[in-house]
Amino acid sequence: MNTKTSRRIFKPLVFIASLLPFAYLLYALYSDTVLGTKLLTDDPVQKFDRELGDWTLIFIIITLSVRPLADILKKRELIAYRRMLGLFAFFYGVLHVSSYVGLNLQLELAEFVKDVVKRPFITVGIVAFTAMAALAATSTKGMIKRMGGRAWTRLHWLIYPIAVLGVVHFYMMIRADFSRPVIYGSIIFVLLAYRYVVKLRRDGKRKRREADAAAA
Amino acid sequence: MLIKFRKASDAHESEVTPKELFLNRRSFMAVAAAAGGTALLPAFPNDARAAFTNLKKNPKFQTLEKPTTLDGITSHNNFYEFGTGKTDPKKNAHTLKPRPWSVEISGHAAKTGTFDLDDILKPHQLEERIYRLRCVEAWSMVIPWVGFPLGDLIKRFEPTSKAKYVAFETLVDTEQMPKQKLPILDWPYVEGLRMDEAMHPLAILAVGIYGDDMPNQNGAPIRLVVPWKYGYKSIKSVVRINFVEKQPPTTWNIQAPGEYGFYSNVNPNRDHPRWSQARERRITGEGGFKALIAPKIETKMFNGYDDVASLYTGMDLIRNH
Repeated sequence: MNTKTSRRIFKPLVFIASLLPFAYLLYALYSDTVLGTKLLTDDPVQKFDRELGDWTLIFIIITLSVRPLADILKKRELIAYRRMLGLFAFFYGVLHVSSYVGLNLQLELAEFVKDVVKRPFITVGIVAFTAMAALAATSTKGMIKRMGGRAWTRLHWLIYPIAVLGVVHFYMMIRADFSRPVIYGSIIFVLLAYRYVVKLRRDGKRKRREADAAAA
Repeated sequence: MLIKFRKASDAHESEVTPKELFLNRRSFMAVAAAAGGTALLPAFPNDARAAFTNLKKNPKFQTLEKPTTLDGITSHNNFYEFGTGKTDPKKNAHTLKPRPWSVEISGHAAKTGTFDLDDILKPHQLEERIYRLRCVEAWSMVIPWVGFPLGDLIKRFEPTSKAKYVAFETLVDTEQMPKQKLPILDWPYVEGLRMDEAMHPLAILAVGIYGDDMPNQNGAPIRLVVPWKYGYKSIKSVVRINFVEKQPPTTWNIQAPGEYGFYSNVNPNRDHPRWSQARERRITGEGGFKALIAPKIETKMFNGYDDVASLYTGMDLIRNH
């Protein structure tokens, strides 16, 4: 199977798999409403906030893992899935913010503005979300062309600080039992460390090459 | 056969009493009379279990608000000894053994010692009181507790003039409370009240819900209920009551002093650093779409229990939060 056919098969599969968490929440809401279950607990507003925030972070982590995975497995074609996964991170981010503003604050926009200004964990979250929106908006092929590869790469490097801010936002929200944000944070740390090592090696190679060239 | 036709306005009454706790007129009048006085209720020679069967509803503490269902009250709990998730305590609290249970009374009091819980409960007449419970996380419930005034118990142990505060402690036992193996909080969970707060008639020790024994996840076998303060002040599964001279340390204050003060009175005007306290989501026990979009309700000062305001005359309740 060549790369093109496999991509034609797997892309829709990855797309559907990425929608599953959202589909589950909708199913749970249906079940709780119609069948009287408590899949979303007695406080579905909080459940929506938390679950959607979780999935935003998880998709950011998945997106960041694509490159290392492609390197390690020596499968360059995996990179083709990265944009879609990144856009799903944004998709869950949009739902997370909507749930917060719509369901939790019940569209009290004055309250929202107060939160963003006064509450550091919300400020951090909104900064990360805004940066994510910029990446989503410039994710098309047309935008890459228009911006030029170098500028585009520089902008999309922001995914690293976004990931860190996302975990900080999660961590700041908690006052006991930090296990989840610590797990997410550790994974992101490893992914960042990987990128740094790769960069150091590349820089080292380039310097050696330049030194060799100068010597010759 | 008596067929009773209900008016629409009566609907709440059946919801307030899902477990049949019907009173005859005479005992209703007796409680009404007792509630008028301030003296200790007469000692009843029956044991605590028997008291559950002729439970009196205290008419002063009924409400027109619809109580949260038993399922809601027992499925949505903050009880970190059994896990930090809201649904964890229900899943995990079966390891708690509420009997036999002893409570240590210590500190500045004429009578101290370690007592079996049933001996402690013996002289107290249990009653039902329906209170709002406001969690610091901006959600609330309406709960029909079974209990008795904390002040009645305090008087029995004759605290001395040095007893300025009452400190409470939850059980520490990693067998019964498995999550205490993790350093989630600084175990044991500790709480405290100023003596005048503890003596206020609204403060109760609760041993049941909906006319039945306290479910483990709600703090069996005995817990504090202080309805004008955020829920975490109402310490669960109490094993020690200590009369002290100085303001005792309290668990959430240790955990995050800037966010949780000693007093922790419900106060819509003092935001939590991470969220507004002006409004709350009422947990009704009904989930799904209705709960998702139910309008929030305004939070009232002291959770609507204005009687306690005189305890704090002249105090800055924003600073002393």
